[in-house]
Amino acid sequence: MNDRIRVLDVSGLQTYAYGHRSLMWWGTLGMILIESTVFALAIGSYFYLRGLSVTWPPHGAPPVLTYGTINTGVLLLSAIPNQWTKHQAERENLRGTRIGLVICLVFGAIFLAIRGFEFGALQTSWNTSAYGSIVWALLLLHTIHLVTDFIDSAVLTVLMFTGPISGRRFVDVSENTLYWWFVVLSWLFIYATIYLAPRMPP
Amino acid sequence: MHSAINTAGPRAHEIAELMTLFTAVCAVVYLIVIGVLIWALLRKRARARLASEAEREIADRKARHVITWATALTVLILITLGLSDFFVQRSLFTPPKDPLRVLITGHQYWWEIEYDHPDPSQRLRTANELHIPTGKPVELVLTSRDVIHSFWLPSISGKKDLIPGRVNTEVLIADKPGLYTGQCAEFCGLQHAKMRLVLHADSPEDFEKWRQQQLQPGREPATDTERRGRTVFTSTSCVLCHSVQGTDASATVGPDLTHIASRGTIAAGTLPNTPDNLAAWILAPHRMKPGVQMPATPLPPDDLGALTKYLASLQ
Amino acid sequence: MSTVQLQDKRALEAVWADPPGFMGWLKTVDHKRIARRYFVTALVFFALAGLLALVMRLQLARADNTLVGPDLYNQLFSLHGSAMMFLFAVPIMQAAGIFLVPLMVGTRNIAFARLNAFSYWIYLFGGLLIFVAFVLNIGPEAGWFAYVPLSGPQYSAGKRTDIWAQMITFTEAASLIVAIELVVTAFRLRAPGMLLRRIPLLVWSQVVTSFMVIFAMPAVMLASSFLISDRLVSTQFYNPAEGGDALLWQHLFWFFGHPEVYIIFIPALGMVSEIIATFAARPAFGYLALVLSLAVTGFFAFGLWVHHMFVTGLPPAGMSFFTAASLVISIPTGVQIFCWIATLATGGAIRFTTPLMFVVGFFFIFIIGGLTGVMLASVSLDSQVHDSYFVVAHFHYVLIGGAVFPLFGGFYYWFPKLTGKRLSERAGKWNFWLFFIGFNLTFFPMHILGLEGMTRRVYTYGADTGWTPLNLLATIGSAIIAVSVIVFVVNVILSLRRGAPAGANPWNGTTLEWGTSSPPPSYGFADLIYVGSRQPLKITPLAYVTGLPTRMRTSLATTLADARPDHITPDPNPSIWPLVTALAVTVLFIGSIFTPWALIWGSVPVTIALIGWFWPTEKQARDLQACEVKPEEGRAPRLVEIGP
Repeated sequence: MNDRIRVLDVSGLQTYAYGHRSLMWWGTLGMILIESTVFALAIGSYFYLRGLSVTWPPHGAPPVLTYGTINTGVLLLSAIPNQWTKHQAERENLRGTRIGLVICLVFGAIFLAIRGFEFGALQTSWNTSAYGSIVWALLLLHTIHLVTDFIDSAVLTVLMFTGPISGRRFVDVSENTLYWWFVVLSWLFIYATIYLAPRMPP
Repeated sequence: MHSAINTAGPRAHEIAELMTLFTAVCAVVYLIVIGVLIWALLRKRARARLASEAEREIADRKARHVITWATALTVLILITLGLSDFFVQRSLFTPPKDPLRVLITGHQYWWEIEYDHPDPSQRLRTANELHIPTGKPVELVLTSRDVIHSFWLPSISGKKDLIPGRVNTEVLIADKPGLYTGQCAEFCGLQHAKMRLVLHADSPEDFEKWRQQQLQPGREPATDTERRGRTVFTSTSCVLCHSVQGTDASATVGPDLTHIASRGTIAAGTLPNTPDNLAAWILAPHRMKPGVQMPATPLPPDDLGALTKYLASLQ
Repeated sequence: MSTVQLQDKRALEAVWADPPGFMGWLKTVDHKRIARRYFVTALVFFALAGLLALVMRLQLARADNTLVGPDLYNQLFSLHGSAMMFLFAVPIMQAAGIFLVPLMVGTRNIAFARLNAFSYWIYLFGGLLIFVAFVLNIGPEAGWFAYVPLSGPQYSAGKRTDIWAQMITFTEAASLIVAIELVVTAFRLRAPGMLLRRIPLLVWSQVVTSFMVIFAMPAVMLASSFLISDRLVSTQFYNPAEGGDALLWQHLFWFFGHPEVYIIFIPALGMVSEIIATFAARPAFGYLALVLSLAVTGFFAFGLWVHHMFVTGLPPAGMSFFTAASLVISIPTGVQIFCWIATLATGGAIRFTTPLMFVVGFFFIFIIGGLTGVMLASVSLDSQVHDSYFVVAHFHYVLIGGAVFPLFGGFYYWFPKLTGKRLSERAGKWNFWLFFIGFNLTFFPMHILGLEGMTRRVYTYGADTGWTPLNLLATIGSAIIAVSVIVFVVNVILSLRRGAPAGANPWNGTTLEWGTSSPPPSYGFADLIYVGSRQPLKITPLAYVTGLPTRMRTSLATTLADARPDHITPDPNPSIWPLVTALAVTVLFIGSIFTPWALIWGSVPVTIALIGWFWPTEKQARDLQACEVKPEEGRAPRLVEIGP
């Protein structure tokens, strides 16, 4: 056996990384795939049930557009603070990250509040028909994601104020934006299904 | 008779022939693959020969060849089987010309049967036992009042589900007269196992005779006991669920009993239609079929006897 | 494997060992210990579900038997199916991944190790939920796929179906979490140099399976959530009277249900590849074909689901597509079978050990199941045998032949690695033959019973049907299976007590798990290596990896395509939070069986637990601070020669 052995010395490697290099990104992506599948199947169920119906909605009017559309605007607008926060985090600017996270939380509170009104604007209860059940389900599924995103952003915000801060915390903030993008993009599909589809010809 | 292999109608024949083809092909494929596997396991190998890199290359190349051909053959076999299936499917799904239409509604745990006819007075209602004329297509129109059931007479045809809120169809054609049985083929609750079907395939003349008789209202009681029995029937809980044409009883929750005595079985094909069984069934149906919807009807013995006599008279 | 040892084992042990005693057992995040838990629990569920089947077989041994009434019988088959599918088959295949994938890719722990611990606890609690319900006579009674309206609010009284539906939520959440861990481990934690084309076939099978889990399980979670809400808060998803549809359940369930059986089957194919390669003394023939076949099978599995609905009255043209897809999916499986036979044919002398015997049994049994599957792909043939004992025969042939036999082969093969002891080969042969004979005696007659009109899920049948003799035969067979399982259990117990020590590589395997001790130490490998081939143990490693911080648990994250070292990532320390969170989640899930408000108040403890889990501890902060190398400070790895 050769007396000299070869070693791969990795001691200089960085101990965290951003974007798709981070394991958390992959974990978040896995979750996004799962939740996207849930949404896709729920939207599929909506159109399946619609295909079986003569009139849709079966009784009553389609959901009122106001609150949902406003909220869509708010969600899309929140792109700006969210992306800005991501850049601050990746630059490891603590002050910028803190400010950004607080602004994102404010946006979050606003769209949660408006979401409350959206449920009323559905013009149907969940138990009167399969139509009512599926639109409530779609809105509720998305709201659950809004709520969990809000809560975990809030926790992250507090952590960035109290510390302990490390590089990995900035990675968490950056990955949080990935999850938030999913919440916004998935909403566009759900918005189209709940609000626009019943106004289209079958 | 209730066998998908021992068949008694052209549709079941077609399926049985397709089954034979598939089984034969699959059996041959199996024997070949297992044969090669056993050869591979047991073949003597000169270890020295396979040791060299070049020899391994040759062996691998040969294996690649064999596998490519085997895969191509597999695809060919699947295409053949697929095509055979396609032709049978096309034949089975061709709507029949001028069929006799029978509406069947599934219940927990019995079959409601109504022979359709443009003239409402020619519509015939019965339960659990179906009669069809041989040689003529019968189109079943299938739905359910409660949960999903499935109609299956293996000797005659494939099965079709009875789904609440949906209407399905299945076609029956029997070759020759005979008695064919089946049972509900979709798990439907506690007495799924005892929701049987009985089919009488009659010659066209016999069928017409049966049909005419079934169109009559319930036979008038001839003796005092039978009259007493009818009084018991119309004045107790029986009329909450059952109907007898010609009396005031017209509920459709349970089977129509107008010609109950003409049926060979009761309790959805699971009990021979004898006075003793009738009496036991009326008294405590859950003893024979725990979970059945029909409640117990505790009657004093004289009333029960009279009722049984009356029902036995409803030919 | 070389005897060079660069790492200080004591230092590694100090950092990677679990705290002692019961607290250590509760707090562990060691993938090996958690895998062991999964194995034991899943096998217990297997035995219990098997007992349920034995009772069913005793009832069916005679016509008009009165051993078991309809209500109990319905609970028996519902729990047998549910336990086998949700509590045994999927968890145990994932457990094999949890144990083997990190070892086979040459890393010290699975990704997201605390989530791994959490997944076990919610799996356990979900399984306990349903078995306790059964013992209390409120077990599910609508079958393992619970068709509506039978399982709906109108026809399934009480909480039975709600308990079943919530068990699904527990177990599917566990599976989804494990799936993400396995993908991330296989994609990003491989030893440097383990290129995609050097990844072991078992790891590929686990990756494909994990993706299937990710896309299939949401369907059953959605379906069962719709069912619970129909039952609890009167939604109308499945009620045709209010615009719902009974077939919506079937579409959603089978969209999950068909991939589910491949989720069970594909990991077994990975085991078959590894076992054949070892005992035919050559690497599996057709590596690329085998990997592509796994991927194609996994993908196509999503296009078959309607073949479970061929008699529901769907349009024939639509059904034809699913017939075609159901036929086509046999092609990649066929390719794999051909490759394995080629491996056996062109290898060295074949060693007929117990693992290989079980794999041979797999061929004999699974291929029959696959061929009856080809029959079932035909709408016309299916219209006769659907929902009959023919189908019962088919799926037991493919599931037991295709998954359980390779699994038992895997037990005998990897038991030494897991426990450090060898199972008795003699008892193993008895185990195999009893299982093989018992299985065929039990299930082959069922093909005929189905063709003779015997429907599924019947608690009894009349003597006039003529079904008695074959049923009796099947019952006798099931008793033989029971004996074989007893032989297995006795073999395990005695081997653990008195078995010969196994040594690191008792079978002369070539994948990385055989390159560490049996059982592996808490830190997996003393030295991480730089892999240079598909059979890393056959050649001296290209290099050993040094330079990972030793004061805390760390792993080396590598790139996806070419496994270049990318960054150093910390591994979690033992933690009680996964268990605490699992308990909180259990309260939430069980609460929501009874009231929808549980979703609200139940979330509070869950949120608190998750915050506790996520919040960095002082020790963590210090360690991270001490070892931190920012991206802009990072230096590329260096390959150097050391020594005299």
